[in-house]
Amino acid sequence: MPVTLGLLLTLSFVVSLLALSFLIWAIANRQITMDRDAATTIFEPGEEGHVDNDGTEAGGDHRHLFDPGRTGIDAVSAGPVLWLLGAAIFWLLLGSAFGVIASLKLHLPDWLNGHAELTFGRMRTLHLNMVSYGWVSQAGLACVFWIIPRIFHTKLRKPKLTYIGLVLWNVALAGGALAIATGWTDGEEWLEIPWQFDIGLAIAGVFFAAPLVLTTRAREVHHIYVSGWYFLAALLWFPVIFIVANLPYVHSGVEEATVNWWFAHNVLGLWITPLAVGTAYYFIPKIIGRPIYSYSVSLLGFWGLALFYSQVGIHHLIGGPVPTWVATLSIVHSVMMFIPVIAVAVNHHITVARNLWALKESVPLRFVWFGALMYTAASFQGSTEALRSVNSVTHFTHYTVGHAHLGVYAFASVVFFGAAYHLLPHATGRAFAWPGLIKAHFWSVVIGFAIYFFALSIGGVLQGLAMLDATRPFADSVTLMKPYLELRTVGGSLMTLGHILFAVNFVSILLPRRADAGKRVTAA
Amino acid sequence: MNRYLPLSILALGILAFATLMLVIAPGIQMSQRSVPPELQPYTEAEQRGRDQYVSLGCVYCHSQQPRSPDQAPDGDRGWGRPSVSSDYVFDSPHQLGTMRTGPDLLNIGARLPSAAWQLTHLYQPRAIFDWSIMPGYPFLFEVKSAAAPGDTVVAVPADFAPPGGVVVARPEALDLVAYLLSLDRTYPAPIDGLRDDGYAARGEAP
Repeated sequence: MPVTLGLLLTLSFVVSLLALSFLIWAIANRQITMDRDAATTIFEPGEEGHVDNDGTEAGGDHRHLFDPGRTGIDAVSAGPVLWLLGAAIFWLLLGSAFGVIASLKLHLPDWLNGHAELTFGRMRTLHLNMVSYGWVSQAGLACVFWIIPRIFHTKLRKPKLTYIGLVLWNVALAGGALAIATGWTDGEEWLEIPWQFDIGLAIAGVFFAAPLVLTTRAREVHHIYVSGWYFLAALLWFPVIFIVANLPYVHSGVEEATVNWWFAHNVLGLWITPLAVGTAYYFIPKIIGRPIYSYSVSLLGFWGLALFYSQVGIHHLIGGPVPTWVATLSIVHSVMMFIPVIAVAVNHHITVARNLWALKESVPLRFVWFGALMYTAASFQGSTEALRSVNSVTHFTHYTVGHAHLGVYAFASVVFFGAAYHLLPHATGRAFAWPGLIKAHFWSVVIGFAIYFFALSIGGVLQGLAMLDATRPFADSVTLMKPYLELRTVGGSLMTLGHILFAVNFVSILLPRRADAGKRVTAA
Repeated sequence: MNRYLPLSILALGILAFATLMLVIAPGIQMSQRSVPPELQPYTEAEQRGRDQYVSLGCVYCHSQQPRSPDQAPDGDRGWGRPSVSSDYVFDSPHQLGTMRTGPDLLNIGARLPSAAWQLTHLYQPRAIFDWSIMPGYPFLFEVKSAAAPGDTVVAVPADFAPPGGVVVARPEALDLVAYLLSLDRTYPAPIDGLRDDGYAARGEAP
């Protein structure tokens, strides 16, 4: 048996490597045409070379928008996008509140403990489910609904289906949240929402996917821009992993744990990451007005992500009761993630680095750029964390929590903040009432996150080292964390403040104002 | 890439391959292992207690998977021998956990077998360890002016006792303690038990 499984392990690795080599060969020999023309499908004629300023800066005189051919396209997507963003922001505010409460409870254990509904185990779980399925997923979908019609140069098909999906998704999520609060849970991380409500989420997913697939089929450009690969693949991957992992009465014991981590890591790798990477791939060149640095390298980033990220999940069970070969398999693939991550980093960072001036022009670009940087950082950190030697120290500690927030928050959420700030003036035809508040939002989440991340990373390593030292009592690992947990609350509160500013900005651009008449941002 | 169908097929094919490697193959391998004869299914009370454990989210601070001495001194801390896959055959949902804000609990029943200790600790952890950051669970208990026959009175130090009454365990607390005490995998590990031996294998043939 061990020989056979060792062979399987090698086989998986060889298959992935061969696939990757084939891809590189195909690009090098021009079997796949990936030229500059393909990269510029995101621009309208005459638009390339001009920064897409969006009215977030004061002194709107040099504000200009290039959307003459798109007004019809955006007008159809605007409704679904605004509603998705609105719902996402609602869950972001609620989820952040629960996050701060959960954080406070770690250093004030006797606070709010009179009812089962208020204990840490439930508050933390509500936070996770609200921000991941309420905020990140819906904010990501809003970007997809905005970008897909634009890169395909055609209006969104069947937009009304989106509203059915939206209502269903939010009702099912609210039901799931209520269930978790009252103690009805499926009991696995990332899969707490009872499967009965998951049916609602799955059906809602069909209503989200159908308009996007129909739009793809009706596209008026031959080429599918790189963001489109990420989005379309994610729209296929997520339902599969979501349904398989939520099948009731099928999995149990350690097998269930492997399904759990196969799912929980693929939510990040095959759902949240492609949504946010695809969004960055669209908005970075779009705002700057120049195509991405090397379009063919983006293929490597995409297929590398599919091949390697899909197999990293079991690194959460290193040293656990799972077969050695499957843990090793995930470690190997975690390290292989350096390939697609570097490919994406080259594209994103060189494009921005060559046009640093654009960061001054566009505040949304600052968000997207910061998020893209954090993707590189989170992925490098994740690959390192999967190494057995590092994992022994950091696993089971708050370091992991810091890492999770680096990926889902500093990367994905911040990219979505930037995307929202960029597309809102286009979608509404208005300008933000208080552009200064956008910068305040940026600094509040960046500073808040820095405090949060460094506190948990430093504290987590010290916690892990204390646990590995047999001469120190377990109590040491608890007491040394206390100041770091308090700092985490400070950082988390600053991030939450940023979210409140975000909500204020969102509402302010929706409300019609009298002064708008003169300042209205019109197409062209 | 210009076509939707090949993109979809390849993307789903890769996911299917990953599922085969991460879920199906190890699942088949693990299901072929024998169940340790000493491991018994949970009794009704233990199962009710387990449901409490799941519903209160204890897993977010407590793992249930002691690591091997090659990796970490979990055994020296009294958390038990490294667990193997067949130790969990009756567990659904699994509660392996990813955090050790508190200690590992897979063998808590063998390590701290006193129901009285467990009850006091659940009522107010700081009554036992002043450094603990575990929340108390006062709603699993009832404060009565005097205990009735059949009541399980919880010993609470004066500093933490409610004024004018005794603390009595509700059935939920007794179930939860029954579950905690059932957590005992101190029997010898089955020889065909599976676990990640990646540390033991370092420098020597496994």
